[in-house]
Amino acid sequence: MTRFRRFLVSDHLAGWTFILPSVVLVGLFGLVPIVWGLILSFQKAGLISPEREWVGFENYARILSDPKARQAAVNTISYTVLFVPISILLALFVAHALNRKIALIRFYRLAVFIPVVTSTIATGIMFLWLLDKNFGLANWLLDRIGVGPFGFFEDPHQAMGALVLMTVWGWLGFDTIIYLAALQGVPQELIEAAAIDGASRWSSFWRITWPMLGPATLLLVVWSTISALQLFDEVFFVTKGGPLGRTSVVVFYVYRLAFEQGLGGLSLAGYAAAIAYVLFLVILVLTLAQFWLGRRVIHYQS
Amino acid sequence: MSSIAVSTKTAPGPLDPRALAGETGMVERPRRRFLPFDPWHLFLAPLAAVMLLPLVWMVVTSLETLAQTRHFPPILWPGRLQFGNYAEAIHKSAFGTWFWNTTVVTVTIVVSNLIFCSLAAYAFARIRFLGRGVIYFVLLATLMVPLQVVLIPTFLIVKDLGLIDHLGALIVPNLVSVFGIFMLTQFFRTLPIELEEAARIDGASRLTILLRIVVPLSLPALATLAVIQFMWTWNDFLWPLVTILTNQNAFTLQLGLATFQGAHQTTWHLLAAANIMSMLPILVLFLAAQRFFVRGIATQGLKG
Repeated sequence: MTRFRRFLVSDHLAGWTFILPSVVLVGLFGLVPIVWGLILSFQKAGLISPEREWVGFENYARILSDPKARQAAVNTISYTVLFVPISILLALFVAHALNRKIALIRFYRLAVFIPVVTSTIATGIMFLWLLDKNFGLANWLLDRIGVGPFGFFEDPHQAMGALVLMTVWGWLGFDTIIYLAALQGVPQELIEAAAIDGASRWSSFWRITWPMLGPATLLLVVWSTISALQLFDEVFFVTKGGPLGRTSVVVFYVYRLAFEQGLGGLSLAGYAAAIAYVLFLVILVLTLAQFWLGRRVIHYQS
Repeated sequence: MSSIAVSTKTAPGPLDPRALAGETGMVERPRRRFLPFDPWHLFLAPLAAVMLLPLVWMVVTSLETLAQTRHFPPILWPGRLQFGNYAEAIHKSAFGTWFWNTTVVTVTIVVSNLIFCSLAAYAFARIRFLGRGVIYFVLLATLMVPLQVVLIPTFLIVKDLGLIDHLGALIVPNLVSVFGIFMLTQFFRTLPIELEEAARIDGASRLTILLRIVVPLSLPALATLAVIQFMWTWNDFLWPLVTILTNQNAFTLQLGLATFQGAHQTTWHLLAAANIMSMLPILVLFLAAQRFFVRGIATQGLKG
């Protein structure tokens, strides 16, 4: 057998043939953009205009003196601080409630999961209608218990809250599925043993179940933080960053700079790329910090 | 078994059969009953109502007349159902085009993901070849990078390929997903290797083994990947938004719906009908393949 023929039947060739399409595609649309994005962030560059000029750290320095970037950062942080704890605590309670065999339980689970498969645009349309200032069902229901009327997405002080409400509705099912799976992994014997020893339900939840949910909680904290920091679709479609810029979050600002103004001929893609890279760095550091902290407090089953 | 023992020991009263059927991780301790039903219904029923309210209200609105939608207090039941709203919504928009485009894009991406992810995952799980570990690691690392970081350069690549404003812009970058490769690799590794070894000895090629042995054993995992990929593609908004700029013939459902909303902000009966129609395929798929969705979402969480 010649060396060539041996190579033809070797595992190396077989392996590479099998992964080749994936490697080419992920390389071109996954790896190249990561490097290119970094390069762009050091350039003055446009989407349409062929202009490419090296500007060093100018784009990064510019972020610090840009009031709109600061506003976007503040909005993103306040959204994340509201969204992450609310969605996770609510999901924990809902998963606990759904983790029992009672009549209609399949229907209840279905009701909680359905928003997960609903697109952000469809969700946005539903909430724009539900929370409509003039004709919305929500204002009518609230009026019956004597509060309101609210402007919701149209009120500068309420828009962020309405956004949180809408996204919690959309994400609750996802978090609940993760918690439900984790809850079903808690050994029943432990809880029974605690019950025999006279532990109340409350204390056996906090002393046994909650610690065993540690890995799931960590996962959800990390995952929700990442997606909260990258909020875009809902803002773009429902509030357009308004009113008065109160919901203009970082990714929305990046989009505006690069695409809305970029397609108009302005060379802001480099600056936008710099903001995106800073956000990426923040996410990376936060994620590592959360994992580091999690490792220290979470009890992992052997 | 042990659940029954515990319950009888601590509960001398008559046994509620439901108390014995507690799921893993739950102990149904008998307690005095004030209600003829489980007290958790008092939380779960309102919760289900709140979760379903936006959807139900959208359905009701889609069956009302324009005048009824503009009435305050809201009219909770239209009386005569206006099914004509659906036809009118289709007539007043390019709904057919959007639906067709979305279907083409979604089906192409799901099929190509099943093929390419299976091939790669099989190699990563079973074949020893030069660079396997490094390449697997590098592929997984791309999962860490958020979309907005690569959005601008990916746009520029797609632009250089001449795909802007074509369905190809939506399809080509998504023909394979790293998440799919990762999920299938993990699954293939759990399969018993003996069958494959026997087939190797009988002279079967790698491809034959993948198609005849591995794929038939992996149908649940492949179905999970298919439904998750279907959901992602069908519902995706950001990528179509930045790549389909002016060509309305290449609009997807989400893109079309968003522009339709902009143009018909005041005709909520039509908007509601269009919205319901856009959700229908994914809702039907979800109801039919619920467990694959749930499993897929749970694994999607695990990749993080």
